Amino acid sequence: MAEVEETLKRIQSQKGVQGIIVVNSEGIPIKTTLDNSSTVQYAGLIHQLVLKARSTIRDIDPQNDLLFLRVRSKKNEIMIAPDKDYFLIVIQNPSA
Amino acid sequence: MSPKKGKRSGSSKMKSKKSQSPTPQGKTGHPEDIFPLTLTSATQNLFGCQIDEDVTAQSPYKLLKKDDIMQDIKTRAAVSDFSPAKQIVLDYPEEEILLVFDSEFTFGQSFYLVLSPEAKNRILKLPETETPEVLENEVDTARKPKQWVSLGSEKEIEEESVKEREPLVFTFSRKRRFFGLPVSFSDNITPISQGFPSYEDNRRFIPAMLTDCGTQAVPKVQSSTAQTNWLGKRNNSTHYEPRDLSEEEKEVILQSDSMKEFLRGVTPRMLHALQQEEIFNLFTDDLKDLGADVEDDNEPDLSKGLELFKTFTDPSKGKKISSVNWHPSINGVIAVALKMQREEESDSEEDLSLTDPKFIAFYSFADLSKPQLLLECPADVVVFEFCPSNPNIIVGGCANGQVALWDISAEVTFLTQPGSEKVPANPFDLRKEQTPEVLYSAASEIESSHKAAVTDVQWLPPTFEVTRTGLPVENTSKLCVQVITCSPDCTIMFWDVRLPKQAGLSLFQRPDQNTPMTRYIVPKTFKHLDRTWKPLFKVSFQKMDGSGVYAPLKLSFEPYPGNAEAGSWSAEDFLDYSQLRIPSAKELKTLEDVNTKIFIGTEEGEVVYTDWKLEKDEFGLVHCPKPLFSFSTHDFMVYAVQRSPFFKDIVLTVGTWNFAIWKEGVMEGPLHVSKFSVENCTAGCWSLTRPAVFFIGKDDGSMEVWDLLENTNGPSQVHPGIISGTIICIKPWIVSSKQHFLAVTNDHRVVRILEISKSLRTPTSNESSRMEEHFEWETKYVKEFDRRKKVWAKEKEEQELKKETKPAKPVLTPAEQEELDKKEYGEFLKLEESILKGLGLWPKPDHSDKKN
Repeated sequence: MAEVEETLKRIQSQKGVQGIIVVNSEGIPIKTTLDNSSTVQYAGLIHQLVLKARSTIRDIDPQNDLLFLRVRSKKNEIMIAPDKDYFLIVIQNPSA
Repeated sequence: MSPKKGKRSGSSKMKSKKSQSPTPQGKTGHPEDIFPLTLTSATQNLFGCQIDEDVTAQSPYKLLKKDDIMQDIKTRAAVSDFSPAKQIVLDYPEEEILLVFDSEFTFGQSFYLVLSPEAKNRILKLPETETPEVLENEVDTARKPKQWVSLGSEKEIEEESVKEREPLVFTFSRKRRFFGLPVSFSDNITPISQGFPSYEDNRRFIPAMLTDCGTQAVPKVQSSTAQTNWLGKRNNSTHYEPRDLSEEEKEVILQSDSMKEFLRGVTPRMLHALQQEEIFNLFTDDLKDLGADVEDDNEPDLSKGLELFKTFTDPSKGKKISSVNWHPSINGVIAVALKMQREEESDSEEDLSLTDPKFIAFYSFADLSKPQLLLECPADVVVFEFCPSNPNIIVGGCANGQVALWDISAEVTFLTQPGSEKVPANPFDLRKEQTPEVLYSAASEIESSHKAAVTDVQWLPPTFEVTRTGLPVENTSKLCVQVITCSPDCTIMFWDVRLPKQAGLSLFQRPDQNTPMTRYIVPKTFKHLDRTWKPLFKVSFQKMDGSGVYAPLKLSFEPYPGNAEAGSWSAEDFLDYSQLRIPSAKELKTLEDVNTKIFIGTEEGEVVYTDWKLEKDEFGLVHCPKPLFSFSTHDFMVYAVQRSPFFKDIVLTVGTWNFAIWKEGVMEGPLHVSKFSVENCTAGCWSLTRPAVFFIGKDDGSMEVWDLLENTNGPSQVHPGIISGTIICIKPWIVSSKQHFLAVTNDHRVVRILEISKSLRTPTSNESSRMEEHFEWETKYVKEFDRRKKVWAKEKEEQELKKETKPAKPVLTPAEQEELDKKEYGEFLKLEESILKGLGLWPKPDHSDKKN
């Protein structure tokens, strides 16, 4: 528990990080630093995106797998690190 | 005659239906039993048969008694009228004799006597006895059997009667083979198929107005039900909730090893990505950065410089525009100061325009045909400014040296909603169609104002104020309360719009100037100042060479930012100006770091940099300070002195033939002086957005755009013919980030609003810093140049001095000179040797030896 906390704290302390969400494979948020409604929204939408991305990669080359996904928008950047069971979503505002 | 008469008598007999014996007619011309006679009036009276009284034409009969007549005959004998008829009367059988008045004189006399009783009867009783005689006649005729006249009745009888008739014979023909066969007769019982053709019933003319119709109501829609199988089930709406794990589950998961594994794997990647972000922007678009970095729109910059946006002319004739200003808070409102156009430059007091009102007119973009608001001035306004902390307060400098204040808070709605219903607030203002006019709230005392026209007026910023001795002190009210004015009467005056503290009761006992019949609404804001407004203090600057006083035309001071909390004004914070009082100097904190030095442009073309604080000299007297420097860069009047909005120590001065850029603190001279131009430069202003750009207006109506970073020798753009006539005033304004305007006025009442194109309003990259560098360079150059000048001057002096005082140098003989040269040559060879030895080139290749 402490380890988890500590890791998240490390990520949080980076410059410009707006929020972190840890989501399980079904898209249910497990740990978050944002408010509930945003968390739920991010979790649901990004979950679908990741599944799509992953299936894309694997369709092209079945040996391949999705390692990292970055979505950059005008205002901020969403970074998603998927894994077998969970994903980690970090929202960062690079100019801030 | 006689057969006619006989006929007549016969006809008369027929008429009367009684054949009486015909009246015997004598030869006298009248019938026998008629005796005409004339009766005198006496006789008429006697017998009561006066003409027209007793006897008239309608009733001519009068029965007279025989005895009376006899009596009359006897009494009057021959005189009596009846005497010729005496015998007749005697013979008359009856008692009464008929006397008839003969109005027509049928028998020759006016009266006649009827002699026989039968005639009398006949005449008198003629109508009465007629009818019974007729009846008698009919009854008397006996009945006789008439002959039978046939009227056709026997024919009918004959028809109806039955008679024997002879036998009928009927001939017919038959075909041969039927000869001899019996014949059967029968009755013809053929129906009379006469056929009654139908004819048009001429009862058609009867229009059928009402017909009886039977209706039965039947429903159009019928409801019926049927039972079906509903196979496809479909969700109409769903109510859902995001799935969430319970707290315990979350705890469990967080504790699990898989989570730890996951994090261990993922964290480095994530941190790497995050750090990458920080270091360097992966997604920069380099090409985009090269271009204009401010706006993302792709509109091409079509116009090169200035585009005409709007133009309007003040409709009042005979006036010139002296100054123009944008309203600081209301978009699209321009205020224009008008002054009378004088034909000669004479200062004669009997000006025709003295009685005409002088105005500052406000125009709004929505309706440029006529002004929205007019401010009345005591005299022609030369310059005016909006108060930065309250745009409803306007101060203006007039041509007679007075300073006037206006407060348009009540009329500001006319500017914000132009063209709306102008409801006059003053019920006495009958002319509702007229543009609203506002009288000036306060005008300064004429004796203490300037003696010449006020050519520049500026508000002191709200951050500091000035006391009576010119000391800058803290401004507690955080509003702009003080004004500086300058005028070619060689003084600069400081004014305060607040009531001076030592104002006695006399001010309040002043009678109310406003009669109820004033046309204008005069706001009471500055009533305390009206007519008694005196400047706080005056300064005039002695020329540096002591030959007189400077006549300032324009001035510029450094705006002190101070503790800039008083940035923008808001209506709620606004203190009533009439409540403000000048605090006594002791109460306020002196601000030490205010730059009290100002740049002044004078009438003669000098630019003076001086301090306004009054100094105390050795005797303790207060006097005006001496200027720190003054340069006559411009040869004639200075039209504009303006600080750059980007660099607070750079000042642009525009003179008649050239302009100059100065830096505060650089005492050596202007940083940059332009070349002399052919046309007069009459106006100038910095661009509000680009630090290196400024606009110069010329005498012929053309405008130059100077960009110091591009070209310092000449203007980067020249726009000839921007406006006709001389450009009087240029004022820039920013409405929005895409609309930057320049208001240009000429002396013919035309105001042109030009839109500044994108290239002129967007600063190039790092323009500000480049400009700063440029100015630094210039400063250094100027300083260097100055220093060098001094050095040269000194050298020159020394040379001069030397030439004068130095003794003549001994002249060497040629032989001695040669010896000297040889010695020098020898020394040179030795030097060469030593150097070459040092370089390791010794012995040098013996060219000279070989030669030898």
